[in-house]
Amino acid sequence: MNPKDLSTYAKNTWCPGCGNFSILNTMKTVLSSLDDEGFPIDNVVLVSGIGCHGKIVDYLKVNSFYSIHGRTLPVATAIKLANPDLKVICCSGDGDSLAEGLDHLMFAAKRNIDITLILHDNRVYGLTTGQYTPTSPWGFKGKSTPLGTQEFPMNPAELMLVGGASYIARGYTHGIDLLRRLFKEAITHKGFSFVDVLQVCVTYFNMYESYNKRVYEVKDNDTGSFDDAMKIIRSWNYDGAEAPIPLGKFYQVDAPRFDQAFPGYEPHKVDRDSQIKKMLENFI
Amino acid sequence: MMKVVEGSYAVAHAAMCCSPDVVSAYPITPQTHIVEHLSQMVADGELDAEFLTVDSEFSALSVLVGASAMGARCYSSTTSQGLALMYEVLYNVSGLRMPVVMTVANRALGAPLNIWNDQQDSVGARDVGWLQLYVENVQEAVDTTPQAYKIAEDMGILTPIMVCMDGFILTHVYEPVELLDKEKVAGFLPAFKPEYVLDPANPKTIGAFADPSTYTEFRYLQFDAQQKALAKIEAVAKEFQETFGRTFGGLIDTYQAEDAEIVLVTMGSVIGTIKDAIDEMRAEGIKVGLVKVRSYRPFPVQALRKALKDAGVIAVIEKDVSIGNEAGLVTDLKAAFYNSKIRTPIIGFTAGLGGRDITVKDIRKITEKASAARKGIESEFEFLDLRTEILP
Ligand SMILES: Cc1ncc(C[n+]2csc(CCOP(=O)(O)OP(=O)(O)O)c2C)c(N)n1
Ligand code: SF4
Ligand SMILES: [Mg+2]
Repeated sequence: MNPKDLSTYAKNTWCPGCGNFSILNTMKTVLSSLDDEGFPIDNVVLVSGIGCHGKIVDYLKVNSFYSIHGRTLPVATAIKLANPDLKVICCSGDGDSLAEGLDHLMFAAKRNIDITLILHDNRVYGLTTGQYTPTSPWGFKGKSTPLGTQEFPMNPAELMLVGGASYIARGYTHGIDLLRRLFKEAITHKGFSFVDVLQVCVTYFNMYESYNKRVYEVKDNDTGSFDDAMKIIRSWNYDGAEAPIPLGKFYQVDAPRFDQAFPGYEPHKVDRDSQIKKMLENFI
Repeated sequence: MMKVVEGSYAVAHAAMCCSPDVVSAYPITPQTHIVEHLSQMVADGELDAEFLTVDSEFSALSVLVGASAMGARCYSSTTSQGLALMYEVLYNVSGLRMPVVMTVANRALGAPLNIWNDQQDSVGARDVGWLQLYVENVQEAVDTTPQAYKIAEDMGILTPIMVCMDGFILTHVYEPVELLDKEKVAGFLPAFKPEYVLDPANPKTIGAFADPSTYTEFRYLQFDAQQKALAKIEAVAKEFQETFGRTFGGLIDTYQAEDAEIVLVTMGSVIGTIKDAIDEMRAEGIKVGLVKVRSYRPFPVQALRKALKDAGVIAVIEKDVSIGNEAGLVTDLKAAFYNSKIRTPIIGFTAGLGGRDITVKDIRKITEKASAARKGIESEFEFLDLRTEILP
């Protein structure tokens, strides 16, 4: 399958240079490769929240569900439980999953449900035009915080590690090769997989220059070790202008999954006629 | 001082003039600019208030519950999905008798996702115990803000209030507005001196349990406070007029209604269009007029009976629908007349949902239908601007 086959006719309204384009293109490549390898593209469901990130639903030709702000994961959870054969991939924003929907994120990790969450982490509310989010650095001067926010940022990767997610990684929209690898791993991983994508918002928080200087890919790390993962994850706390920023896979383990407890609900497979006959025989 | 400003700025400025102690909000289109302007005013030292940015609308209003319990004058603004997310807290605020003022930048609710204007959000929240005033233009949104505090904070009322202004149409328009003078507002609106606040020197519990032996009485007192607000809304509008020289009505307002045979009833910014349509039709000799409902909660039953008693036919136009039975305003209006002597035919129209324009042509169409209804009602309620060609 040609990745281009996953394009739609919807007019793209992202700002030129927005990091979301990298995520969209990477998704197209990875999903088409999955299809080539025998996983039918029609068994993929994309679930989004509300924000600039959510528009990806319009631009990617797969089954999709545009949910409401903050509620990406509950919708995805139910879709997965209703049909465990589906690959459920969420594209959600830092506002969507770390502010209004943080409780859902923690529960998805705690349950280790087999869903992939791609976090479009531009560290700003893009669609509502530039207010601070839980991952904005301390002192961030957004439109609702003209003097700079007085809150320290949240480290979502750390939350996911202690929360119980079984795959944790970080990518950057200026590093397509790595992003492709991480998306592929995350989507094929069995369990809750979380990819924090440093997605640059060129309009309200342009971090290209800063990120370009600071990002590096982790190598030879023990991805099965909680402690190693924690050390790497804590080496950058989403704050300050200097600290190096680790990218790559931080953690991957095999762990019991919530969806294993549900024996797929498949009404079409039930032979209703013979069941009704049996019931009738019992009564007559 | 008359200035050409954005509606959102004008409202933020009006809120600033009321000197709230605490402002808390979460961004959502088309409310965003209102609170951004307020955060800037706090940053610039123009407003001495705590501005709390939060993680959701649920938190925003919950913050104000805490602040109000401490005796603070509180302000917020939201719309649509945000108002819906506040639902649980809306009842909390009204039940705890906290005089919070909130501007609702009216917007449609999803699904389907839509960011444009209608009034489904606040009309759908008519029973939550808040007072609701609907404004027709930016100036009225400005003027209603200090009035709202004065009504809400009255010791006999102590009830939160929503000032409802049409999103985009009023929040994003630039027009000449007379901005308020802070000192003059201070003269009009006395400082908030709540009687019941959390105070270590005088311990008390706020938010306690009420069992079946007292719960009804709490609700009754809220109901009674809304009835008292009827007179207060009128009085405050008059007082505002005396101080500032402007009025947009108290509970209701009228336009060309005295001798009108056909009377249109509505709320919000569509009034501008309706007045234009009325002028046009009056010039052609059609006796049509308007009654504007400014206070939707409390619902001004007596004022409406009086204003509409001589109408030949009444047509209600509203930007909401009670999915399952007509729409809010028309149902309330019919209920208000049933036990009176008024036997005027009333027909209802839902229009302008999800940002669809209501035009002068639409108003003329309604007027024609209303005129025909005098000879017998054909349709009690309808979607005026339905595009039947795209229906399945
Ligand atoms: C309950 C609710 N509150 C507020 C909004 C308004 N809103 C739409 S998108 C958004 C923020 C989006 O930020 P993020 O999730 O980071 O996505 P981005 O636009 O940055 O991709 C907000 C606050 C909403 N849609 N629903
Ligand atoms: S506002 Fe930012 S996140 Fe949204 S499309 Fe533009 S650059 Fe991208
Ligand atoms: Mg964001």
